Amino acid sequence: MPRKHHHREAAESRRPGLRPFWSGIIAFGLVSLPVSLYVATRSNKVSLRMVDADGEPLARRYFCPNEERPLEADEIVRGYEVEKDQFVVVGNDELDAIAPPKSQEIDLRRFVPAGDIDPMYFERAYFLAPDKGATKPYRLLAKSMEDTGRAGIATCVIRGKEYLIAILSSHGILRAEILRFADELRTPDDIGLPELAKPDAAAVKKIEKAIKAGSRKTLDIDKMADAHAQRLLKRVDEKLKAGEDVIHEPAYAEVEDDEAQEGTEPVDLMAVLKASLEQGGDGARASKRKAAGPRPGGRSRKADRSRDELYQQAQKMDIPGRSKMTRDELARAIRRH
Amino acid sequence: MSNGMRDKTGRCTMTARAMWKGAICFADVRVPVKFFAAVASQDVHFRLLHAKDRVPVKQAMVKPDSGDIVPYAEARRAFVTDERDWVVLNDADLQAVEPEESRDVEILEFLPPRVIDHRWYLRPYYLGPDGADKAYAALIAALDESGQEGLARWTMRKQEYIGALRLHGGYPVLVSLRHAGEVISVEELEAPGGRELDKREIDMAKQLIGMLEAPFEPADYRNEHRARILDLIETKRRGGKAKIIPFKRPKPTQDLSKALEASLKQERKSA
Repeated sequence: MPRKHHHREAAESRRPGLRPFWSGIIAFGLVSLPVSLYVATRSNKVSLRMVDADGEPLARRYFCPNEERPLEADEIVRGYEVEKDQFVVVGNDELDAIAPPKSQEIDLRRFVPAGDIDPMYFERAYFLAPDKGATKPYRLLAKSMEDTGRAGIATCVIRGKEYLIAILSSHGILRAEILRFADELRTPDDIGLPELAKPDAAAVKKIEKAIKAGSRKTLDIDKMADAHAQRLLKRVDEKLKAGEDVIHEPAYAEVEDDEAQEGTEPVDLMAVLKASLEQGGDGARASKRKAAGPRPGGRSRKADRSRDELYQQAQKMDIPGRSKMTRDELARAIRRH
Repeated sequence: MSNGMRDKTGRCTMTARAMWKGAICFADVRVPVKFFAAVASQDVHFRLLHAKDRVPVKQAMVKPDSGDIVPYAEARRAFVTDERDWVVLNDADLQAVEPEESRDVEILEFLPPRVIDHRWYLRPYYLGPDGADKAYAALIAALDESGQEGLARWTMRKQEYIGALRLHGGYPVLVSLRHAGEVISVEELEAPGGRELDKREIDMAKQLIGMLEAPFEPADYRNEHRARILDLIETKRRGGKAKIIPFKRPKPTQDLSKALEASLKQERKSA
């Protein structure tokens, strides 16, 4: 079926984690540094597929309410509503074409003390990997920024949208963190929060005492677990064991579904990131297929603790040299401790 | 709030409406609060249209072979295992794992500032008083005095959240957080390596950073592209065309020392 083949290809190109969010230029003075941005977060949400009453997979598609039929991607355009039901159609190419070339670079015209940025501004983070041949200027910028404790700030138009970006450096790795623009963050005044009443000194003391009693030094990552996901996976396990409502490899299992792509991780994000950082650009292609690790929500996942979690524990146990240890080294050190 | 009044800059001028009500709880402290969204996106909002008739598209579940639309109420959800087993979850299964409803925003522990790294942050909400003004003011004073941040857990509209309770502009803010395992730490990765960097080049780079140093002033940065997009829409509405600016990707720098030297020279001139 040629149609199905076409769909599978389309799904491939949409896989998250495989393609960089953006590839472009960081300008530092007259130095042009080509980089790629890769997501620094992953969703552990349990991804569910839609099926019909007989358990046959369904696809989520856009459809035209007039013609009552599903639409192909090339039949859909973007429009801005200028009056009720009156749209101005704007093409993606137009949104890029109206941006001056310089606005499509991360031009670091300003460096600020990294600790000065109010955390409320941060939206999400990307790792920067040097593109081919850019490893040296990348390392130079990372080292100079880390030594001076500075973050570079710039705006950049990416796929028709302008972002405010902070470039941060730690452990020899550069990150691009998307910041909110000042007018996207409301102030207490905007909300209309009232002037504060004068609190009771005794009441303040009482709360302070309770805060002190509940204080810890380090964050307990276990408390941040996604409890809903855990309950859902447990229910899945129960049904699986009981053989209840289980279908093996239904027909059309490869059906495309926009929704199903979100939250899944068909590629090993870590492998892509590691390879891109080490090999300067060509890494992403080298580790295209997933190298290791069960998919999120897979049943074997619970046994594996991430390096992050192990590191937190090592921190609590004050294990020396922990920041330089790999996941396995950490696990060993914790066992020996 | 699209129905609010907006001033020239598009900012909402009406007092915001609370999106949820709860109570901050720890030990024997209980402070009722109202939640307000602290983020107001200023993105230009587009709709997806069917190109032929310019009607906004809808989403539907369809049978992939026939293209027949299946009503949402008839659709079920399934979990796909690594072994390609599809486990169908019915409404009862999904309801059974839903969180219990509660108005409690439970503070699990308090931590020194920034121990909860900003990379965990998702969305901030302002907390306003809900009746007990004195208790609300006392909570703020105590948080301010202790300098600590709270790790919170609550259920809002059938969704479970974890969050960071902190002060911003003198008022309490609850920032929802990513869950455990959802932030990739730098320590998990290996930094790009190579021959030792040239000391002179490092010095020049640091000098350049120093010359470009300034305090962080968020209001200095404007979303200029937003204005360009709105201009484009206006032009096209009047029957005009987009002004195309050609884009050529600049070449990567070959001679790092030379580029740094020239940059320093240029900055000195403009200083």
